[in-house]
Amino acid sequence: MARTTLKRVHGYLAEFKSASEVYHASEKIRDAGMQRWDVHTPFPVHGLNEAMGVKRSILPWFVFFGGAAGTATAFGLAYITQVMLYPTVVQAKPANIYTTSAFFPIMFELTILLSAFTVLFGCFALMGLPRWNHPIFASKQFKKFSDDGFFICIEARDPKFHQAETKALLESVGGKNIELVEDEL
Amino acid sequence: MAHTETVIAPSSKPRILDREPLVLNNRSYSWITNRICGIVENRQPSIWWWLFVPSVLLTGMMVFCFVYLISTGVGVWGQKQPVAWAWDITNFVFWIGIGHAGTLISAILFLTRQKWRTAVNRASEAMTLFAVMCAGLFPAFHVGRVWMVWFLAPVPNANAVWQNFKSPLLWDVFAVSTYFTVSVLFWFIGLVPDLATLRDRCKPGLKKTLYGFFALGWRGGNRQWNHYEMAYLLLAALSTPLVLSVHSVVSFDFATSVVPGWHTTIFPPYFVAGAIFGGFAMVLTLMIPVRAIYGLHDLITPKHIDNMAKIILLTGTIVGYAYCMEFFIAYYSANPYELQTFQLRSLHGPSVGYYYCMFAFNVFSPQLFWFKWARKNLFCVMLVCMCVNAGMWFERYVIIVTTLERHYMPGSWRVFQATWVDKATFIGTFGFFLMNFLLFLRFLPVIAIAEVKGVLPESNPHHDDHHEKGVHELEIEAGTVKI
Repeated sequence: MARTTLKRVHGYLAEFKSASEVYHASEKIRDAGMQRWDVHTPFPVHGLNEAMGVKRSILPWFVFFGGAAGTATAFGLAYITQVMLYPTVVQAKPANIYTTSAFFPIMFELTILLSAFTVLFGCFALMGLPRWNHPIFASKQFKKFSDDGFFICIEARDPKFHQAETKALLESVGGKNIELVEDEL
Repeated sequence: MAHTETVIAPSSKPRILDREPLVLNNRSYSWITNRICGIVENRQPSIWWWLFVPSVLLTGMMVFCFVYLISTGVGVWGQKQPVAWAWDITNFVFWIGIGHAGTLISAILFLTRQKWRTAVNRASEAMTLFAVMCAGLFPAFHVGRVWMVWFLAPVPNANAVWQNFKSPLLWDVFAVSTYFTVSVLFWFIGLVPDLATLRDRCKPGLKKTLYGFFALGWRGGNRQWNHYEMAYLLLAALSTPLVLSVHSVVSFDFATSVVPGWHTTIFPPYFVAGAIFGGFAMVLTLMIPVRAIYGLHDLITPKHIDNMAKIILLTGTIVGYAYCMEFFIAYYSANPYELQTFQLRSLHGPSVGYYYCMFAFNVFSPQLFWFKWARKNLFCVMLVCMCVNAGMWFERYVIIVTTLERHYMPGSWRVFQATWVDKATFIGTFGFFLMNFLLFLRFLPVIAIAEVKGVLPESNPHHDDHHEKGVHELEIEAGTVKI
């Protein structure tokens, strides 16, 4: 006997057959004023950000500060150890602020290193990953997204979400296999 | 979708010639997924085992050599004064140089929008990691007491002495470790969508759990792709100066000394060009067999091989220019020691054979790639790549060992003799490199699936548009211009 379970509606999922179809459908859904929705594609589709009305990623700002932290760390590390704690006069180079030019390679490398870590962690934070239990995985057809499926999912938490109207909207923009994705609580 | 025929009215202006498509035979998305995931999911061909078992044995030999070195002393290698840097540093520079092609493909060709990179970037990034791993072993063991290698890191120690931050050797520690770390991050970010593909294809079990864990719950939403693409762009922009800096810093190890033959300003660009040159030869050495063994002819096309051969020709010619310029500067500087070094290297020194091998392999052999038939003939390409692989090792040997053999004082001159441990360790690192690469082929997608799908003509969202098309859009559709 099937057990009765509690379910929560995640949203409507619709499949499209090509990048071009999903692109034009996105323009229409954007114009319908939807907010909480996403387009799931096997590869990044060029121009889809504009078609969806998604803003440019703010990641570079984080990375700028990550890189600056790297430069400062390397300068601090080199200056404090070489000039302040234990001044070593080798290679006829003085142990004072004018030695800084000899620290440039290490300052450069740490700038890159900390920037790269900021890229990694910043991008995962912005993408909301890792998240292994997303409700959209409840859909059987969804796993095609990583092969050749193009999907639009309009979430139930969108203020304009309406069970019948959203379904009709997805149908009108050419969505196939429309499915109400429900998350088991 | 088939690659559409674009019909042009006879009166319209002549268009740019169509470029060869990047994926041949109009392959579909699911064909690409099946083809690449199939390599991981199917049984490996018997040749995989024929290569894997010897490479594991060679890795064992390498481990044995290092154990022997630790238990006996660094004197089991052949270096004695004045040749304190010999095969070990030669091998270090050789391996680290090979890594550079991977980063060039993944970063520099990405920034310059060379879409053909998508078919080879994953494997060459993997090659980078394994080559840098091989490279790192040599200086680590060359310090003599390998258990003290943590002294390279600037951490407080009982002697209260700090590392010399003015030394190129410490710059090198930072450069190489940063390079390895950033290469791993770049590789991992690129892998995430493809791991999700493998996750979605696996049956429940350990494999699915592991792929799923590392795919981080990727769902390919455009709000994710937006940040993902930015992250990729930023990492490419960071890796580009990084890769140029790494081999520049490696060259500083030599160039900042006052040894004749090393003390030259041409070293950084000369080393970087040489690194890319040797690295591309290694990429082709690996990818041509992989393409044949796993049937990837539609993804790694003659066009890809042609492009890489052209890069080998370009960088090989730059390297040849640097060889000649070194001579000119030695002559023009009127420095008798500098001039003497080059005369001994190339005319009457003890190791002139190495010099001629280097020159023939690195400068003459790639000149074959001026001819299209040579770039199209795989046997020919493989032959040149093998020459370059060997030639680049000879180059580092010439720079390092032949210089030290004949220093300022004739009284301390000594010819270097490699021991069996030198040779066995070096051969062992090839086993280690190949073993890692074969495991990579076995468990991870060898070609970036998501990226290759993105370069198909139908991946352009305006591909099916029926409104009247301008010349630019027709070109985009035909793949003749990049967008």
